[in-house]
Amino acid sequence: MIENRPWFTFLSHAVLLAGIAVVTFPLYMTFVASSLSAEQVLQVPMPLVPGGHLIENYTQVLLHGSEMGSSAPVWRMMLNSLVMALVIPIGKISISLISAFAIVYFRFPLRAFFFWMIFITLMLPVEVRIMPTYKVVSDLGMIDTYAGLTVPLIASATATFLFRQFFLTIPDELAEAARIDGAGPLRFFWDIVLPLSRTNIAALFVILFIYGWNQYLWPLLVTTREDMYTAVIGIKRMITGGDAATEWNLVMATAILAMLPPALVVIVMQKWFIKGLVDTEK
Amino acid sequence: MEKRARFHSHWLPYALVAPQIAITLVFFIWPASQALWQSMLVEDAFGLQTQFVWFSNFKELFNDRLYLQSFRVTALFSVLVAGSGLAIALVLAVFADRIVRGERIYKTLLIWPYAVAPAVAAVLWLFMFNPSVGIVAFYLRRMGVDWNHLLNGGQAMTLVVIAAVWKQISYNFLFFLAGLQSIPKSMIEAAAIDGAGPVKRFTSIIFPLLSPTTFFLLVVNLVYAFFDTFAIVDAATQGGPSQATSILVFKVFTDGFKGLDLGGSAAQSVVLMAIVISLTVVQFRFIERKVQY
Repeated sequence: MIENRPWFTFLSHAVLLAGIAVVTFPLYMTFVASSLSAEQVLQVPMPLVPGGHLIENYTQVLLHGSEMGSSAPVWRMMLNSLVMALVIPIGKISISLISAFAIVYFRFPLRAFFFWMIFITLMLPVEVRIMPTYKVVSDLGMIDTYAGLTVPLIASATATFLFRQFFLTIPDELAEAARIDGAGPLRFFWDIVLPLSRTNIAALFVILFIYGWNQYLWPLLVTTREDMYTAVIGIKRMITGGDAATEWNLVMATAILAMLPPALVVIVMQKWFIKGLVDTEK
Repeated sequence: MEKRARFHSHWLPYALVAPQIAITLVFFIWPASQALWQSMLVEDAFGLQTQFVWFSNFKELFNDRLYLQSFRVTALFSVLVAGSGLAIALVLAVFADRIVRGERIYKTLLIWPYAVAPAVAAVLWLFMFNPSVGIVAFYLRRMGVDWNHLLNGGQAMTLVVIAAVWKQISYNFLFFLAGLQSIPKSMIEAAAIDGAGPVKRFTSIIFPLLSPTTFFLLVVNLVYAFFDTFAIVDAATQGGPSQATSILVFKVFTDGFKGLDLGGSAAQSVVLMAIVISLTVVQFRFIERKVQY
C-alpha cells in the first residue's frame, strides 16, 4: 500500500467485483438452465433462479444422454475425456523426460539433428496439417481408438525444452558423484534426476490435464462412434439439431459436467497451475 | 550451455529419444511434408489423376475472393480478441495489484475460465445470446437492439470475440499481475512522494515497465486468436453467416473435409505454417531480448 486513499480502495474492489460478475455470469446462467425443466428453459425471459429439476437433469444426461443429436450417456463421454486428460500428460511427460535426458547427458551423432526435429514440431500445430495427419491416422487403423485419440498429441517440443532447461541447472557434481559411486545413466535418471524434477512434473501435469480434457479438433476428426465421443464433442453434437430441437437444460447440465473436472484441477492445484503456465511459456 | 559430466553409451541415447522422434516423424514431419507436396498438385474431379502444377494452387488461392475475405476476417478477429482481451485483463490486474485484503479470492474467481474448453465457452455464450431463448438477446431486444447472430455478420463476429476473450482473460490477468508485482515498490513509492497520483504513476512508470509483459502477451494472444479458436467458431457460428466469421483455420478445415479440395486445402495449410513460423520467430527473438534485460 503506497498511500491511503479509501475511495480508491473502494473503486478497486468495485471494479474487481464487476469483472468477476461478468466473468461468472455465464457460469451462473448455465447452472440455472441445468436445473430447469425443458419447458422452463424455453421461457422468455428465462428464470434467473435455479429450478427443481437439478438431480433429474443430471441423472438423465449421465445415464442416458440427450434424446436429440447424441444419445451416448455422458458418463461414457467423461470417461473418454478422462482417458485423454490422463494419457496425454503421462505420455508427453514421459517421452519428453527421457529425450531431454538423452540430449543433455549424452553426446552422440545426430544429437543436434534430433533436437531441431523436436523443435520444429512447435511450428506445426494440428490446425495446419489437419488433412494429411488425419490420413496417416486412418491408414494406421486408429480411427475410433484411444490410441488414435492420444498418441498423435503426445509429441511435445515445449515439455522437452522445459526439462532440458531444468536438467541444465542440475549441478554437474551430482552426475560425477553418481558416476564415481558406480551408478549407470539409468540409475542416475531414476534415483536423482526424476526426484529433482518432481515440481516441474506436477506443474506440467496440471496444464496438460486441462489441455487433454479440452481437446476439440482432434477428437472431432478421429471419433465417428458415439461411444468414443469426449464430453466436449458430445456437447457440440447435442446443439447441432437446430433451435427447436435443442434441449438446452440437458446441454447445460452436460456443459457443467464437462467444465467441472478441469475447473476443480485449476482451483485446487492453483499453485502448480500458475507455475505450469509460467514455465510452459519460457 | 553444455554439461561437463556426461555418460557414455552407444545405444542408450538413441533408445531414449526414439519414442519422441518416432511420433514426431509419423504424426508431424510426414503429414507436414505431405501438405507441402499436395499443395503443388491438382486432382481431377474423380480423384483418378493428379498433376504437378508448381505454385498454381497458391496463385488461385490468392485470387480467390473468399480466401482473401477470410484473411480480413482473421485480421479483424485477432485484433479485436488481442486488443480487448489485453485491455480488460490489464484493468483488472492493476486494481487487483492494489488490493491488500482478499486478493486470493479475487484471483481464484478470475482464473477458472482458463479451465473451460473453448467449445464449451462458445456454447455458454451461444446460449445466452440465442435469438429465441437467450437472456442477453432478450434484454438487448428490450433496449432496441435486434440481436440475431444467425443473420447479422457483425453480431456473429461480436459473439465469437466475446467467447474468445472471456476464455483468455484469466491467462492475461495472471501474467499482467505477475508483471505488476515484479515492479519494485520503491520506484512507485518515490513517485508517490514526489506527488504523482495513481493515474500519473500508471502512465509514466507502471505501464512502460510493463511493456515486455504486454508485448509477450500480444504475441501469445495473436497465436491464440489465429490457431486456438477453431473450436469457438465451429461451435458458435460454423463460420457463418455467409462466411462472416470464417477464420483461416476454420476455412482450411471446411475446404478440406467438406469441400474435399485437397490441393487448395494443402496450399492453405502451407500459408498457415508460414504464419506460425513467423510468429514463433518473433516470440523467440523477444525472449532472447528479455534475457538481456
